[in-house]
Amino acid sequence: MKLAQALLNQDRLALTRILTQVENNTQKGRDALNEIFPHTGKAHLIGITGAPGTGKSTLVNQLALYYRQEKDYRVAIVAVDPSSPFTGGAVLGDRVRMRDLSGDPKVFIRSMASRGNLGGLAQSTSAMVQVFDAAGFDVILIETVGAGQAEVDIAKLAHTTLVVEAPGLGDDIQAIKAGILEIADILVINKADRPGVENTERALRGMLELAHPTQRVFQHHSQKMVVHAPEKPDEETKLWFAEIKRTVAKAGEGITELGEAIDRHIAFLRESGEWGSRERTQLQSTFDALLRESLFNRFLDELSPEIYEETLSKIMKREESPWSAAQGLLNPPSNSPLRGENLSLPPEGEGQDGGGPKLERKA
Amino acid sequence: MEEGNIRVLVAKPGLDGHDRGAKVVARALRDAGMEVIYTGLRQTPEMIAEAALQEDVDVVGISILSGAHMALVPRILELMKDNGQEDVKLFLGGIIPDEDIAKLKEMGVSGIYGPGASTEDIVAQIRKDIQKRA
Repeated sequence: MKLAQALLNQDRLALTRILTQVENNTQKGRDALNEIFPHTGKAHLIGITGAPGTGKSTLVNQLALYYRQEKDYRVAIVAVDPSSPFTGGAVLGDRVRMRDLSGDPKVFIRSMASRGNLGGLAQSTSAMVQVFDAAGFDVILIETVGAGQAEVDIAKLAHTTLVVEAPGLGDDIQAIKAGILEIADILVINKADRPGVENTERALRGMLELAHPTQRVFQHHSQKMVVHAPEKPDEETKLWFAEIKRTVAKAGEGITELGEAIDRHIAFLRESGEWGSRERTQLQSTFDALLRESLFNRFLDELSPEIYEETLSKIMKREESPWSAAQGLLNPPSNSPLRGENLSLPPEGEGQDGGGPKLERKA
Repeated sequence: MEEGNIRVLVAKPGLDGHDRGAKVVARALRDAGMEVIYTGLRQTPEMIAEAALQEDVDVVGISILSGAHMALVPRILELMKDNGQEDVKLFLGGIIPDEDIAKLKEMGVSGIYGPGASTEDIVAQIRKDIQKRA
C-alpha cells in the first residue's frame, strides 16, 4: 500500500491522512495499521493526565520543547478533548497552548475528540499512537481529556504516566482515594509558584508513603487484567516509587528536572523488565478489545433484527431481565429455534461469570 | 465502520486581538456536531497551514478584522496547496469590503461572512462544501 509506505518515509501528508482513517476506523485505516505494525514498538509513550486547568497542555508544550532542544527527538503530541454528549461536536483547544512548537518540522500535533469514550482517551487513541510510532517519532506525548478521578486508561497505554496536580485542588482525603493518583509514575505539581504548594506536596507525599505496590489489576470494560508486581520486594527487585516534581510550566521552570525524572523512569522500565510487561498489558488490552468488538458484531450479524427487537421489548416490559435475555440468546435451548419465548437460563456455572444477579424467571 | 465527523480549523491570523467572532463560530460549529480545532490568536499563515495539515481538517475558517485579508488569504491558500491540501475549503469572517469579496471568491474562498451573518448559514455552507468534496 502506497500510503503506508509514504508514512514510513516520514511524509507528513500521508501521516495526517492515515491518522484520519485510523481515527474513523475505516477499512483503509485498518489495512494501514496491519502494514505498519511491524514498525511499531520503538517510541517512548508518555501520558499526561490531570484535572482540567492544571496546565497539562502548557506542560506538554514545555516537555516537547525540552525533547527538541535537549535531545533532538522527533516529538508527536496526541491531545484529547471531550466531545459533546449531545451533538457529538467538540472544540479542541489544546493547540492554543502549544504555539511555541509551530514551524518545527520534527513536531507533529494532532487533536482528537473523545467521541463518547469515557476513560480519558478516545477509542482510537492507541491506534493513532501506533501510527506515530511507526512514522519514527521518538517520543509521543499523549494528553488526556481533563480528567477527574476515574479516567485511568492512559496508564494502560503509556510507558510513563504523569499526573498533573495544582495547589488548592484537594485535601488529603482526595489523595488517598483510588484512581488517578495511583496511576502516576511521576506526580507533577504544576503552578508551583502559587500559595498552598507545600500542603499539596505534603498530601501527595503522604499518599505515596502509604502505597504498597502489590499488583496492578486493570479493569477494562469490567474485565480484570492482572499485572503482578514482583513477589518479594527485596534488594534484588527493582521497584519504582513515584516521584514528585514541581513545575511552573508557563515559565518553563522545573522542566529539565521533570525530563530527568522521566529518563530515570525509562531506565527503570528497561532494567526491571517492566517495559515488557507494560507492552504486554497494552497489546493485550488492544487485542481483547478487538476480540470483544468483533465477536459482538459477528453475533449481531447472525441474529435477526426481529428477535433482537422482540427481546429488547420484553426487557423494557420487565418480562425478561437483561441478564437472562443475553444468556438465552447466547445459549438457545437445543430443542428450539432461537425464539424469544423460549429464552431460559443456562444451568448454573455455564456461560460468563460476572453477569450480575441471576434472576429466576417466573413462568 | 463509522463515518468521521467534519473537522474544522478555526484560526485567527494577523495582529488584531479580537477573537470573539471566531469563538462564536467555533461554538456554533461544535453545536452543529463538528469537531473544531481552535488555534488562538495571532497566527501566521504558516502556522495556520501547518495546523490544517496536522489536523487533516476538511475546512478552514479564518477571522480577520485588521484589513489584511488580501495579503493573508492568498498566502494561506498557497501554503495549503503546497502541502497537498488544495481540496480543503476555506471560509472567511470579519470586516471585508465589498470590492474584495469577488476577488477572494475567485481565489477559492468558499464563504465570506460579515457582521450580522448567521451561524446557520456558515454551517449549511460547510455541509454543502463537504458534500461536493466527497
